[in-house]
Amino acid sequence: MTKQAKTMFEKVWEAHEVAPETADTPAILYIDLHLTHEVTSPQAFAELKSRGIKLRRPDLTLATMDHSTPTRTEQVFGGVPISIDSAAKQIAQLERNAAEFGVELLGLQNELRGIVHIIGPELGVTQPGKTIVCGDSHTSTHGAFGALAFGIGTTEVSHVFATQCILQRKPKTFAIDIKNRLPIGVTAKDLILSIIGKVGVSGGTGHVLEYRGDAIRALSMEERMTVCNMSIEAGARAGMIAPDQTTYDYLKNTPRVPKGDAWEAALERWRRLPSDPGAVFSKSVEIDAATLEPMVTYGTNPGMVAPVSGSVPVRPGDAVFDQALAYMGLRAGEPIANVPVNVVFIGSCTNGRLSDLRQAAKVLQGHKVAKGVHMLVVPGSQQVKKDAEAEGLHKIFIDAGADWRESGCSMCLGMNGDTVAKGQYSVSTSNRNFEGRQGIGARTLLASPETAAASAIRGRVTDPRQIIG
Amino acid sequence: MQAIKTIRSCTVVMPATNIDTDQIIPGRFLTTTTKQGLGAQLFADWRYDADGKAIPSFVLNQPAAKGCRVLVAGRNFGCGSSREHAPWALLDFGFQAVISTEIADIFRNNSLKNGLLPIVIDEQAHAWLVANPGAEVSIDLQSNALTMPNGERVSFTVEAFARYCLLNGVDEMGFLLQRDDAIAAYEARTQRT
Ligand code: SF4
Repeated sequence: MTKQAKTMFEKVWEAHEVAPETADTPAILYIDLHLTHEVTSPQAFAELKSRGIKLRRPDLTLATMDHSTPTRTEQVFGGVPISIDSAAKQIAQLERNAAEFGVELLGLQNELRGIVHIIGPELGVTQPGKTIVCGDSHTSTHGAFGALAFGIGTTEVSHVFATQCILQRKPKTFAIDIKNRLPIGVTAKDLILSIIGKVGVSGGTGHVLEYRGDAIRALSMEERMTVCNMSIEAGARAGMIAPDQTTYDYLKNTPRVPKGDAWEAALERWRRLPSDPGAVFSKSVEIDAATLEPMVTYGTNPGMVAPVSGSVPVRPGDAVFDQALAYMGLRAGEPIANVPVNVVFIGSCTNGRLSDLRQAAKVLQGHKVAKGVHMLVVPGSQQVKKDAEAEGLHKIFIDAGADWRESGCSMCLGMNGDTVAKGQYSVSTSNRNFEGRQGIGARTLLASPETAAASAIRGRVTDPRQIIG
Repeated sequence: MQAIKTIRSCTVVMPATNIDTDQIIPGRFLTTTTKQGLGAQLFADWRYDADGKAIPSFVLNQPAAKGCRVLVAGRNFGCGSSREHAPWALLDFGFQAVISTEIADIFRNNSLKNGLLPIVIDEQAHAWLVANPGAEVSIDLQSNALTMPNGERVSFTVEAFARYCLLNGVDEMGFLLQRDDAIAAYEARTQRT
């Protein structure tokens, strides 16, 4: 009998089955790495307490704080109180819980703190072939390394705390083949926005995506993370990219990967992970990277997206579409590049890494942020901040008139008070343009760091290729 | 958790597609450290104006919505953020089931774990419910059927184990904790000890 060709997802899944699924019960899946943060963990810790149980594997659990944390230096390091009382309490609660349950916490003033999906890869705890969960839907980011990584709810967080396992039905697989190369000036963000535009915001429901093809191979790890990050915006639980030399080169220098012989052994395991030739996916789609352009969203979900050179589509008789445009204050047929900009946000787990800041700075260098535009640059982690400052990127931002902050989720979801005012247009490098996401009545247009920076300069949505040429 | 077998109720209809969990419970309310009391903030930005006053035209503010425990929503309900605060808020408000033609993965899982029934039905039956807000329906988890006001029965599926847990008031944590031997054996086998 010939060995059955398997997808990468199937290999990782099978290696983590404590018990396979049956008609009556889901699989029991072992979790290699549990990341946790202040927002989705308090009720899970409370559950453990009420049952009087311990955390099974504190050594496989890592906590940080990112969502409700302040970004103003004086509030992070200077002892100035956190503006939102409930946020301060939530942060203190995580400190107590981590201490009580013996979990490593990268706390507010820790130099390794950052957005949970930025620090996992940075530390090298995100590794190929691992199962990784977090009470956060953008856990899909870690799939860029060939890990099976997905977001879970707080009840499941408590399950993993208690048993290091979760109950899961096996998802289906979805191959996203990206042929050719991205043209110059077109980024990983533009690619994933194009993919979501094509498959739709629920096109991936019930599936694990695998991004494949020449365009994906050519991406750096940072770019692969940007792509996998937004898998959830296509409805998918997870997105994966097969590990290769790019992956190993990135991981080799991270602090927490196996070293010496253990590194060699890990490499040998990781090299067996990619999908076998002939492996069958439940469904697939093909996209030609060479045809893509910088993309911007115009509506209230990430699938409502168009090229920056294009226009808001016209869809007569679609009430939901009309409602989205009414919220956005845009007209069908209007050119996207015409839209005024009040706020520009560079950051988030999608585009808050060093390479993203470099790209934005490159566009901004020698320019000023347009009058009346507030530009906020929030590094994805304290390490990113340190590295950016070592290169002098912060000076470029500050000289241009932007705000330079401590790391965190910040204006991606506005939980910490970094918000966009009602009716204002925000060009944001984050991942969700839902109504009210960045503040009550805020109007979010998702774009790449390059497009965001170019739009900051002109005060209107701008194709970055017009500025860097 | 309490066992759930049948729900009989009028419906509230929110026909929009892709209603995400940021709408169900906006991010600024997530600084809570408990599960209780979130019903007051359910759909806050659609329900209240800038001064915190109820917007009369919003469906949940209308008298007819009072006491209805079944929400009929457009396709892909619950997409976006994994916040379990979304089902907590719906339950705290008084909803016991959500009916749609498609329900987002994480929200569906979170709902089942809290006793909020995510019910996916065919487009035709759904279209009828959308066109007839306030209809009296009954959901029977034992027979996996939704009964329409005219007596027509529409079938749905709920994942077998989640259904078993809901029908019997069993909680999944208990089930997992009882598998300790298997988990320890796995850890030994894969040298994760
Ligand atoms: S940056 Fe935004 S999307 Fe990413 S984890 Fe934080 S809130 Fe979630």
